[in-house]
Amino acid sequence: MNWNSNFRVAIKAIRINKMRSILTSLGIIIGIMSVIIMLAISEGASQNLSKQISSLGSNLLIIQPGSVKAGIRQMGSGSNTTLKYSDGTVIKKEINSVIALSSVMRGNSQVVYRNQNWLTSITGVDPEYLTIQKWTIILGRVFNEKENITSAKVCLIGQTVLENLFGDLDPIGETIRIKGIPFKIIGVLGEKGQSMRGSDEDDVIIIPIRTAQKRIFGMDFPDMVHMITVQIISEDKIPDAEKRIEELLKQRHRIKANQENDFSIRNLGEILKTAQNITKIMSLLLVSIASISLIVGGIGIMNIMLVSVSERTREIGVRMAVGAKPLDIQLQFLTEALILCLFGGLIGVVLGIGASHLLAFLFKDLHIKISIFSIILSFGFSATIGVIFGFYPAFKASKLNPIDALRRE
Amino acid sequence: MNNLIETKNLKKSYKLGEIDLEILHGIDLQIKNGEFVAIMGASGSGKSTLMNILGCLDVPSSGEYFLDSINVTNMTANEQAEIRNKKIGFVFQGFNLLAKTSALENVELPMIYNNTPTKIRKEKRKEVLELVGLGDRGDHTPSQLSGGQQQRVAIARALVNDAPIIFADEPTGNLDTRTSHEIMELFTKLNKESKRTILLITHEQDIANFSDRIIRLQDGNIISDIKKTDPQPPERGL
Repeated sequence: MNWNSNFRVAIKAIRINKMRSILTSLGIIIGIMSVIIMLAISEGASQNLSKQISSLGSNLLIIQPGSVKAGIRQMGSGSNTTLKYSDGTVIKKEINSVIALSSVMRGNSQVVYRNQNWLTSITGVDPEYLTIQKWTIILGRVFNEKENITSAKVCLIGQTVLENLFGDLDPIGETIRIKGIPFKIIGVLGEKGQSMRGSDEDDVIIIPIRTAQKRIFGMDFPDMVHMITVQIISEDKIPDAEKRIEELLKQRHRIKANQENDFSIRNLGEILKTAQNITKIMSLLLVSIASISLIVGGIGIMNIMLVSVSERTREIGVRMAVGAKPLDIQLQFLTEALILCLFGGLIGVVLGIGASHLLAFLFKDLHIKISIFSIILSFGFSATIGVIFGFYPAFKASKLNPIDALRRE
Repeated sequence: MNNLIETKNLKKSYKLGEIDLEILHGIDLQIKNGEFVAIMGASGSGKSTLMNILGCLDVPSSGEYFLDSINVTNMTANEQAEIRNKKIGFVFQGFNLLAKTSALENVELPMIYNNTPTKIRKEKRKEVLELVGLGDRGDHTPSQLSGGQQQRVAIARALVNDAPIIFADEPTGNLDTRTSHEIMELFTKLNKESKRTILLITHEQDIANFSDRIIRLQDGNIISDIKKTDPQPPERGL
């Protein structure tokens, strides 16, 4: 028997028992559908995460002051005032794997433009900060080093600030008041969206760090900064750079061997990698749950095929009497199982894509991504299940004795 | 050797626990090409067992069996399937047509298993269906056909591969007398006009009378083998 006839015989048998075929495929349809949905959600999540990672900037080290002890009370990370702007300058000069560095001061303040006002985050930075954090400038320009050194009263505003203070007006050259001090707007930042913690990253005003130190936050302690962001040239240089920065700061802050550091260095990439691994584990978990439903579907197929074989014993006998070889019978039933699975797989993929989009439509925060890989994987999976679970019934059918098979009612 | 079927001391026994139960006790049988033979016997006489062996559905325990000069005594399941496909057309008591499948497709079935090209299959299935007088019922499924018509479809299926011999196992067992006679007339026609060899198994005398030669089995032995051309015993009553 050739493949074409084999295929047609199988299709015919499936069509004769339409209802049963559909019910048989249902297990596979649901299984494949859930695999597609789970993969769409987890791939969407990990894609979203990678996007956020890249928007945060790559190969970053964050230096923050350590905690301060007031009597027996620990004041928490960042409470110390020992981190200085000059620390950053020295790090940049001494460690050559550092390609960009920015000190950061951050605080909230009410901002006024004419009769409008808005509470927002004021961030004082070095000019390099914008490239490290991958901010884009959609209007105007970034302040330069000279403006920084001279504590110029210039600022860049984020999209949320723009919307709330200016609406559709052109903000470039306008003056806003931060803590009563007039600042000239020289640029508008591009949209960045939500941060990983869920806060609005566009609700920000960026000013030169020197201006922030002198005019906005004041210097209760000389030259202090809240944080230093360091970009390292490549990922493999990070551990070494981290060690050298630690040594340098220990020396500068005069920390003895048995003393705790008054600063901490965090590797942002590491944290994000952990987050990514968690997402990976989550998606693996989701897909294995979906796979279980596929296996259950496969057992359903085996069950129905076994029923089908015993129900069609006479047909098998007739086929054998007119010259069907055991292999022909086996292939016929195997082909039937395979077609049912692939048919179920196809419907499952279509429904899965539809359901994923529906979910993404219903839950705006849900990111989905349907990849060719997940579709191929699903098809491969359903075909494998067809072969594995179709094999035993088909083998059983082929081993029937034609005399007994013909006599069976 | 011009015998289409030739068996030599054919024996068949089944194991029943410790005991070997012998059903056929050494059958010697020759059937020539073009004969129309009926095998008769009560149930338990071994005629079904003999039929299964002759039909290459089973193998004998000992002895030899030649079908169309081929020794088919100890064939594998695959070889048997091929022999059945090429050399034998089966007609069963219960018709054994595939349900929900048209007459034409039922007739086509044996050709599927020897890779006959589609075009030839289409011509051939129509031709044999016309030969059995059902040219206009090709698209009907078995449930839309009467018992006699179903058996004609089954006969057409037995003819379609041009097998040299047709095995008919109680072909009229499920039919009324009038239809039975019509079916037997069709067999006679196929034997006389199309020169088909027919081996009929029955327990009804009037059905056996359509044949040219009647072999009687009893307890696994041939007890009589009478040809119609042989001198008949003188009729009584005169």
